Amino acid sequence: MSVFFSAFDQVMSVMHLSYLMLGVVIGLVVGIIPGLGGIAGMSLLLPFIYGMDPSVGLGMLMGLVAVVPTGDTFTSVLMGIPGSSSSQATVMDGFPLAKKGQAARALSAAFLSSMMGGVVGAIVLSVFILVARPVVLSFSSAELFMLTLLGLSVVASLSGGSIFKGLAACGIGLLVGTIGGAPATGDFRFTFDIDYLYDGIPLIVVGLGIFALPEIVSLLIRNKAIASEGNELGQGLGQGIKDVFKNLPLVGRSSFFGSLVGAIPGLGGSVVDWMTYSFAMSMSKDKSQFGNGEIKGVIAPESANNACSCGSMVPTILFGVPGSGSAAVFLGGMLLLGIQPGVSMVTTHLDLTYTIIWSLALANIIGALLCIFLTRPISLLTYIKFSVLAPIILTLILFAAYQATRSLGDFVALGGIALLGVMMKSANWPRPAFLIGFVLSAGAENYFFQSIQFYGDSWFSRPGVQIIGLLIVCGLFLPPLFKYLKKKKGDSNTPEPAVAHYSADIWIAMVFLLTGVVFAYQIWDEQMLTQAFPMMAIGLVVFSAAFVIYDFMKNRGLIASTTEVRQGLVYVAGFFVMSYLYFEIGFLVTTFVFTLLFIYFFAKGGVVKSLSISVGLLTFLIVMGRVMSVDYPEGLLDPYVLSVVNLI
Amino acid sequence: MKKLTHWAVSALTAFSVTAATNVMAEDSPVPDTVNFTVPFGVGGGTDVWARFMAPNLTSHIDGEPTIVIKNQPGGGSLTGTNLFYKRAKDDGSSIIGTSASTLFPYMLGDKRVRFKLDDWTPILASPTGGVVYVQPDLGVESSKDVGKLLDQQLKLASQGPTRLELPILIALDLLGADVKPVFGMKSRGAGRLAFERGEATIDFQTSSAYIRNVKGLVEANKAVPVFSVGVMNNEGNIVRDPAFPDIPTFEEAYYTVHGKQPSGMQYDVYRKFLAAGFAFQKVIFVPSDAPSDVLAAYNKGVREMIKDPKFKAEAAVQIGPYQNAVGLDIATYLSDAVTISPEMYTWIADWLKAEFNYKL
Repeated sequence: MSVFFSAFDQVMSVMHLSYLMLGVVIGLVVGIIPGLGGIAGMSLLLPFIYGMDPSVGLGMLMGLVAVVPTGDTFTSVLMGIPGSSSSQATVMDGFPLAKKGQAARALSAAFLSSMMGGVVGAIVLSVFILVARPVVLSFSSAELFMLTLLGLSVVASLSGGSIFKGLAACGIGLLVGTIGGAPATGDFRFTFDIDYLYDGIPLIVVGLGIFALPEIVSLLIRNKAIASEGNELGQGLGQGIKDVFKNLPLVGRSSFFGSLVGAIPGLGGSVVDWMTYSFAMSMSKDKSQFGNGEIKGVIAPESANNACSCGSMVPTILFGVPGSGSAAVFLGGMLLLGIQPGVSMVTTHLDLTYTIIWSLALANIIGALLCIFLTRPISLLTYIKFSVLAPIILTLILFAAYQATRSLGDFVALGGIALLGVMMKSANWPRPAFLIGFVLSAGAENYFFQSIQFYGDSWFSRPGVQIIGLLIVCGLFLPPLFKYLKKKKGDSNTPEPAVAHYSADIWIAMVFLLTGVVFAYQIWDEQMLTQAFPMMAIGLVVFSAAFVIYDFMKNRGLIASTTEVRQGLVYVAGFFVMSYLYFEIGFLVTTFVFTLLFIYFFAKGGVVKSLSISVGLLTFLIVMGRVMSVDYPEGLLDPYVLSVVNLI
Repeated sequence: MKKLTHWAVSALTAFSVTAATNVMAEDSPVPDTVNFTVPFGVGGGTDVWARFMAPNLTSHIDGEPTIVIKNQPGGGSLTGTNLFYKRAKDDGSSIIGTSASTLFPYMLGDKRVRFKLDDWTPILASPTGGVVYVQPDLGVESSKDVGKLLDQQLKLASQGPTRLELPILIALDLLGADVKPVFGMKSRGAGRLAFERGEATIDFQTSSAYIRNVKGLVEANKAVPVFSVGVMNNEGNIVRDPAFPDIPTFEEAYYTVHGKQPSGMQYDVYRKFLAAGFAFQKVIFVPSDAPSDVLAAYNKGVREMIKDPKFKAEAAVQIGPYQNAVGLDIATYLSDAVTISPEMYTWIADWLKAEFNYKL
């Protein structure tokens, strides 16, 4: 117990606090800028860290790692850009809220629940870390495989009207996730001899392509401010805080769940937001608002992702195996500080562990408070005409995507996924299903083969496997059962939403079918372990796509015309051209020229406005390049700009 | 056009540098800012090693250049290394740090490899060792009982057939053990976790990871070390690892089982991959096109660095008690280590196909 308080004393020292603040501020900045995440922030901090007093250095590191999932909420809510993989589910309802003019409400609710999630996570961590070792070790590959299945089962509730659309989308996600090396054999699949594809498509590129770009396209087509419905901004802030207090049980559940999932190495935090999102949805009486701006859809994933980053400290500290991307960064920092992770962290170095935990809680609180403070001015962005924001957002998205692998492939993959995203959005196909399939693909395949190789057929008789299996069955069958019973009682007030059929359905289903056939042809000759999993995904795609087509034919009379799809595709084509220019001419020059021309001609912004925005954006990029040693595609002209900049 | 651009840029840069730093009279051939490419993500083994080296290099190289680490992960380090090959400046302002996972694909003729090691000069190589250990319930109480491993199937959690575990898999096969590797681990750390969970029955870690994470298991009777890969002495013989003087080498273990020294093609291939993967586990390269006075300055710097007692003490903690190799001869050793004869290539290709159904 004394360790507990001496660590607290340590954390509260001025020195520690000020470095923690530094970490928090850097964490917020890199969190707000999409695509950077903890890794870029870390490279900023590392030069300081080497040779620092461990407990102070830990505070700074912790400040950084803890607030990244808080800061990334800004772009998720305001622009529909998932800043990192942990804030993808926040986009689902946060962005529709911003469109309704309730950005401040969504943000303040998000930040408060982040803070609570972080604190709950830290509390869970402080108890759990002492007993976690056997618990973590009891999650073998078999249990991890079941957990990926639990994640995949979420697709059912996120599919909205049509379960087959959801399954097809999920199947395509699984299939795209198998691009690259096969885990069980090391063979490469579906690379089409393109170097870029050997590693698979990066998650951030998929997230941006499936969510952010389609939103931008549809906003550009309408060309108004993001917040199309007027609303008093000032009220939103308080409302969001009230919303959180109204949903305290949800915050508690999500945070608790988040910290536990984070604690299990191997699953990572990338699906915990979707899982809690779908739990929040299945627990609510009124599901109709989910996806259209339901505040619970913001609160649940935001509480979970901060808690999850606390939880992911368990495997990092105890086993030296990071539970997530930012935990990997934290681990590197620990090693540089000369702290060895392992059992000693709960025996001889318990004080350091509690320093970490206290810093974590404190950083979460400070980070969220700073964000709430910033909410009001930043939410004003949503009242700006969208065409003025568009070039800034486009630059940010390209910037974020390019940080994934720094090649033209990032832009091409982004455009390709965006094509799919635009089509799916316009015909109301569940895009989260695609993303969840993609995220869980590698884990599902890997853990499946591993558990078979380690345990043979006996893997499904393990108690952990059966418990999780039971959970999946309950999650899948209880909600429809309740619905059915309710209907029987006759008190269904809410009319069933009519399953809409869109004219583009048939095209999307055909594209999926064709993809399935091409991929199947590609992998036909490979050995069993290489082709088994992709073949299962292909089977799922072909089966569900065929069903969608059948359903479409049957309901030919009820088809709604698809909105905006043709215009959307034109914009994506435009995106391809632009991203090529960004790459070939140079990122800085193209950003400047494109922003200037776009705002002047398209948004009719006037000389002063267009000049000041484009100069501002250019300055931002140059400063980022300098301070964070971020790279841009240099192209033909950028070297000149850079050499001029070097003169100053 | 490209040449013209290049010329214009260098002229402009040169102008800017002379204009801005005329005052700096320090006469050092190494540029003020050096970009140190690390073709792995932040926080990984190679990154931590590079970040440990960078400040030490700075303080020992004349002119104290600022060393900026650029992480370029992807393709198990091939993406970043290929890019470095394509873009590195030849004035000594670009250096790269590689790892075993860069050298193995090069040796195995992976078609994604676009770089030529002959075009680079190694200035420093950090060796490592490694230890193979097993579950205590296999009946092996000490390394003397290694023979008991041969009559049971062993499971090893591995990253993939051509990764760092390759020499270990070759060695265990040579020993006569029936090892069934389970591929797809994210890292060696994930493999160790599978061992701790009891899924894997045999595992292997490099020295620093072994000291950090496995020694405790051994003390708690949860793991039994069987053999180490040893280190090569100046005569080119494998001797016991100074970090693990109590653990016999693979050669000793082989002798215990078979009563003779290992030899033959399989052993030669093992030695080849052992040298590339362990003796040259981490290497810093400078493009050979760099001016000779720059290369000389680098060489002088690393020579001074490895003699510095402060560096020695810290390096022993960070990367193990091994002597970092410097000087012009490492270039010869390295190029020898990564050159595979056609017979060896055929052997390893056939072996990978037969053992794991893996096509090179």
